Amino acid sequence: MPAQESIESPPEDTRWQLVDRTMQRLDHRPEALIETLHAAQDAFGYLDSATLARIASRLRLPPAKVLGVATFYNHFRLKPKGEHTLSVCTGTACHIKGNDRILAWMRERYCLAPGDTTQDNRLSLVEVRCVGACALAPVILTDGAITGKKSFAETTTIIREWLDDAP
Amino acid sequence: MSAPILTLTIDGRQVSGLASETVLQVAKENGIAIPTLCFLEGLSATGACRLCMVEIEGSPRLHPACVTPIQEGMTVTTDSKRLFGYRRAIVQLLFSERNHVCAVCVANGHCELQELARAFGIDHIAFPCRHPALEVDASHSRFVLDHNRCVLCTRCVRVCGEIEGAHTWDVKNRGIRIQIVADLDTPWGAAATCTGCGKCVHVCPTGALAEKGKSMAEMRQKRPFLPYLVANRAEERK
Repeated sequence: MPAQESIESPPEDTRWQLVDRTMQRLDHRPEALIETLHAAQDAFGYLDSATLARIASRLRLPPAKVLGVATFYNHFRLKPKGEHTLSVCTGTACHIKGNDRILAWMRERYCLAPGDTTQDNRLSLVEVRCVGACALAPVILTDGAITGKKSFAETTTIIREWLDDAP
Repeated sequence: MSAPILTLTIDGRQVSGLASETVLQVAKENGIAIPTLCFLEGLSATGACRLCMVEIEGSPRLHPACVTPIQEGMTVTTDSKRLFGYRRAIVQLLFSERNHVCAVCVANGHCELQELARAFGIDHIAFPCRHPALEVDASHSRFVLDHNRCVLCTRCVRVCGEIEGAHTWDVKNRGIRIQIVADLDTPWGAAATCTGCGKCVHVCPTGALAEKGKSMAEMRQKRPFLPYLVANRAEERK
C-alpha cells in the first residue's frame, strides 16, 4: 500500500518534470523504480525522503521497498554530496591490498566515515564495492578519476595534494 | 489440472510428491525433519538462512531445500557430517552477528534460534562476537523492535507484504549493515502504512519483535493464525 500522505507534499519544482517524464515513459510500472531513482538523483543530486515518498506513491510501491532499493545500491545517495568526492573501493582485492587502512586514515584525519560529508561541505567519502579494476588494487577515485597500485603513503599524499591539504 | 507425480529418494527412502513441490515439503510430508529458520509455512520461501541446505547426488554444491523443486529420480541427503558442520557454523554465526543474550530476552524459552542451538549442541560460540550497538525501536504503542535480536530471516517483511498487504517492513542497506526498516526509515510508531495488526510480531523466530510490556521469557508467539489466514485468502481468490 503506497503512502498517500506524500502526494500533496513537495512543492512543484521544475526538476520533477524530468523525473515524471521517466516514470511516464515506463508507464508507472513498479519495475521503473531503479530508472526513476537514477533520474531523480540526476535531477536533485541526492535522494531525500520526500523524493522517495513521492516516487513510491507515483509508482504504487511500498515506501519501505523504495528505501530498500535506494540503500542497496552504492550509487544512490540519501544525503547531499560535497564539492569533492573520494570513493574508496572495498572490494576483496582492494581490501586485501590495504584500503581498510585508507578508510581508517580518513576517519582519523578528516573525521569521515563512508557516506559522510565534511562540515564545510567540501569532501564526501564514499565506499564502493568493486569498480571492476581489481588488477589496479588498491583503487581510489578522486572525483571519478581512478588511482591504483599505490602504497598507503603514496595514496595519502595523493589525497592530501588533491585536497590542497599540505602535509 | 494437477502437477504430475514424481518419485525420488530422500535419505535412502523412496518417496513421491507433486512436481510443484519442493524438497522441503516432500521431506516434511514423509516425516523427514530438515532444520529451517527463515522458512514459515504460509509465506513464500526465500532461502535466506541456509539451514535447510541438502546434498543432491550429482551436484557438487549444496541446495536449499525450501526453494529446490523436486525432480524425477533425484537422490537427496538431508543429514551428513558435512551438513551438520555447516548448519552448526551457521547457527553460531547468527549468534555472533548481533547481541543474542538469552538470559534477558523476552523470547527466552520460546525462541527458534535458541531451539536450533540446543538441537546442534552449541554451548559456546566459536567465532568472535561483534557486539554491535544497535537501536531498540519502542516508538509503536503496542510493539517493540529490537535490532539486537534480529536474525534477518525477513519473515516479518514477507508476512506484512504477502498476508497483511501493508508492506511496512523491508530491508535497508546490504551486507553487514543490513537492517529491518519501516517505511522510509521512519520510527515504527510513525510508519503510516503500519496497520498495527501484529502479524510480524507473531512470526518472529526470536525476540526481535515483541509485544510491549512483556518481560523476560514472557513473549509467546501465536503461530497457528497463519495457515488459517492463508487458507481463507485462497478461498476468496477462487
